[in-house]
Amino acid sequence: MPLVYCGACSHAPGITGRAERADTQTRQALEGAFRRMGDDIRATGPDALVVIAAEHFANFFMNNMPAFAIGMADSYEGPIEDEAFLRIRRTTVPGNRDLSRRLIEQVMQTVDVAYAEEWKFDHGISVPLHFLTPDYDLPIVPANINCQGPPLAPLARAWAFGEALRRAADAVPERIALIGTGGLSHWPATPDSGKINQEWDREFLRRWSANDREALLSYTDAEIYREAGQGGFEIRTFIAAAAAAGGARGTVDFCEPVPIFAVSCTLGSFQLRPTAQ
Amino acid sequence: MSLYQVQKLIYQLNRDPRTRQRYADECDAVLGEYDLTPEEIGALMKPDIGLLYVLGVNGQLLMHFAALHRIEWADYLERMRQGLREHGPVREGVYATTGYEGVAAHDARLKAERETR
Repeated sequence: MPLVYCGACSHAPGITGRAERADTQTRQALEGAFRRMGDDIRATGPDALVVIAAEHFANFFMNNMPAFAIGMADSYEGPIEDEAFLRIRRTTVPGNRDLSRRLIEQVMQTVDVAYAEEWKFDHGISVPLHFLTPDYDLPIVPANINCQGPPLAPLARAWAFGEALRRAADAVPERIALIGTGGLSHWPATPDSGKINQEWDREFLRRWSANDREALLSYTDAEIYREAGQGGFEIRTFIAAAAAAGGARGTVDFCEPVPIFAVSCTLGSFQLRPTAQ
Repeated sequence: MSLYQVQKLIYQLNRDPRTRQRYADECDAVLGEYDLTPEEIGALMKPDIGLLYVLGVNGQLLMHFAALHRIEWADYLERMRQGLREHGPVREGVYATTGYEGVAAHDARLKAERETR
């Protein structure tokens, strides 16, 4: 079936772990935006949700770091973080090994993706799911782009990964929804945590909403590092989602800087062509 | 300098409950399994979050190592700032210091901006 939903959102651990320290109105508006995204995803009747995240050394380390990976299991555990730190209860999240395998085989036609039969979710997946699928009743297919340990795959390869996931989703009979999760400009977990380059974020989201491939891929990692911090490398997940949208235009539903969460909290989605129900 | 080894130990502590238990029960034995300098061993055992940051430990690993030691978020950030004051700039890894105003001043500025919208 053609992809039924495509969007992207923030995943900062502070969103749950330091929730009460943010401006109340802003936090409530953010949680409302997450709930709307969850409602929108459910309204498409998906059989599974592919989550392209930028995991943070929960599963992959510099001893054997895949540029791209997809989970292939019937269940996953998460979050890996201390429950008191993230304030999300550790649980088992359903997967679909057979579906994952078929998606991976399709993606492998163009991108040499690693697969993983074990995968512990960290905040990159657990924070979005906490709001989007709080009952953990939708099978998840986790996907990862290395955004943490350089050298990183070029942005053009993140785009190719998104395109490959789209072709794979379109090729299976199941109804697949997809989100990318990550931050725009941010300097997470450093003394500069809270710093946000709003102007840079706005320009990135302009390019993302227009689904302007050339403009999205024109950033260099040196420029991202200088203007958007090491956390800015996570735009790869937003770029992969844009590629998966197949040229559709996007809408930013919510974007507000929240320093205690260390990012501009952002949610957006693409207007995919309607599919037969 | 063996940043890779320091980070690998923290990675294992963060993800593996059995390594955490062994680290609590027989810290020296666990540390002995990694190729660490005396400075790194001292920073890990104290724990000296500021020095670990200056040594170049990635914050995505370090913040969980701090949480393991029940170091609260604001204290974690302050310990890294203290580390920069005591030990100088980050020596290795992905970080540079950028002169951020801090969350409290940033929040106040955003609040003033919201009120003038």
